Amino acid sequence: SAMSFEWPWQYNFPPFFTLQPNVDTRQKQLAAWCSLALSYCRHHKLYTLDVLEAQESPVFNNKKIERKLSMEAIQVVFEELRKKGNLEWLDKNKSRCLVMWRRPEEWGKLIYQWVSRNGMVNSVFTLYELSNGDETEGEEFHGLEEWMLLRSLQALQAEGRAEIITMDDGKGVKFF
Amino acid sequence: QAKLDVGVALLSTHRLIWRDGKNHDCCISMPLSQIIFFEEQAAGIGKSAKIVIHLHPAPVNKEPGPYQHSKYSFIKLSFKEHGQIEFFRRLTEEMTQKRWESTPASQPIPTGTGSQAGRIRAVGIVGIERKIEERRKETDKNISEAFEDLSKLMVKAKEMVELSRSIANKIKDKQGDITEDETIRFKSYLLSMGIANPVTRETHGSGTHYHLQLAKQLGTMLQAPLEERGGMMALTEVYCLVNRARGMELLSPEDLVNACKMFELLKLPLRLRVFDSGVMVVQLQSHSEEEMIASALDNVSDKGSLTAEEFALLGLSVLLSKERLLLAEKMGHLCRDDSVEGLRFYPNLF
Repeated sequence: SAMSFEWPWQYNFPPFFTLQPNVDTRQKQLAAWCSLALSYCRHHKLYTLDVLEAQESPVFNNKKIERKLSMEAIQVVFEELRKKGNLEWLDKNKSRCLVMWRRPEEWGKLIYQWVSRNGMVNSVFTLYELSNGDETEGEEFHGLEEWMLLRSLQALQAEGRAEIITMDDGKGVKFF
Repeated sequence: QAKLDVGVALLSTHRLIWRDGKNHDCCISMPLSQIIFFEEQAAGIGKSAKIVIHLHPAPVNKEPGPYQHSKYSFIKLSFKEHGQIEFFRRLTEEMTQKRWESTPASQPIPTGTGSQAGRIRAVGIVGIERKIEERRKETDKNISEAFEDLSKLMVKAKEMVELSRSIANKIKDKQGDITEDETIRFKSYLLSMGIANPVTRETHGSGTHYHLQLAKQLGTMLQAPLEERGGMMALTEVYCLVNRARGMELLSPEDLVNACKMFELLKLPLRLRVFDSGVMVVQLQSHSEEEMIASALDNVSDKGSLTAEEFALLGLSVLLSKERLLLAEKMGHLCRDDSVEGLRFYPNLF
């Protein structure tokens, strides 16, 4: 989006960049970090992150106050995100990860709401139609990466509200 | 009862000596420490004045004297040619001062080794052993000389403490003669010089009783310095302060810690406190943790953020400043910024 990203107040608070030893304080600090990382990814439509690159990204590196979150602390933040279901590692070495600023269930819910709002329950869609079709223009899930879309539909399928079907030129979905 | 005729009685700080009147090489001596008490016997008709000296039983390691055994536990000094009064006065003086207790009798100086070296030819292992032996004797001599100096110094130190006490009393009496300012300055000198009656292991034995007494004394002497320093002092700081005040009767770190542990038992208004980091401090009981944390938070909020060094500028040691900040952090009132510039504490805004 054209709007510039709005940093939270913590971003300019130097202690934000030091992992706090006090357990209660650290919990609040990590919550703030998770929220910042997710909203930053959402703002920039980022779905995958490279840990090494992340360290140099403005999220974890505030040049204005000359503070930088350490590698170790970034790992702690990522682990926290993983526990909350917002992150999945792509390799054993934990160097790359998927970031899900909305969890698959949340996306699924959004998609299903749109389907039922438009009276298209029992209709069949291709995955491309859902993410890039004219009808979904303006919806939040418009432009969603295919792997994410598939995960969302799988979540709906698990709830019995959709069925993923294989079609000639890819995958499709039918909503119930 | 044995008699030794005509001689001169001599008195030293350590010994009573009798020297034969004719043969000056013939002397007998007796340590003053052997004396229990002594009394005068006035002169009578045909009788000279005497001093009767009652003695402890002879020590086992006594050097051979003119008589090996005697059933009498006293000696009589008979003064035929005056001097009795003067002698009695001097003896009284020596017996009250007991100088032999504080200054050991001078060591017999080993005969020169130089002439011996010329005479004895040092050959082979025997020669080496002899050399080692000589060196050992030399060292022994040096050590005993050194300790002699030290004990003399201790006597002086006691005198200094004595002196400072008398000056302090004079100040108390004649406060009008000198200005308030001078009095205060002088008193502070005296305080840093010494305390009048240090509790020592000698006076109070070892173990718990000693530590209890010591704790009481610490309780009194630490009150003022603690108040000056905001209610808390590192144990190391206490150690230095106490030992400087005690002058020569130094405390061991163990004794200090053990004494500090007695504060609670004695219900003194002081406490020994061990921080999570292991740092030990003595603090006034009135000086509660909440107050400490609150003051740390106040100061940090005032300045926006503080390092332990900056906090220390407000009157604490750096070590204790840090402990307070850490405590406030532990209680969730502060949080930290650990960067290349050092550890800095901020109010916990999270």
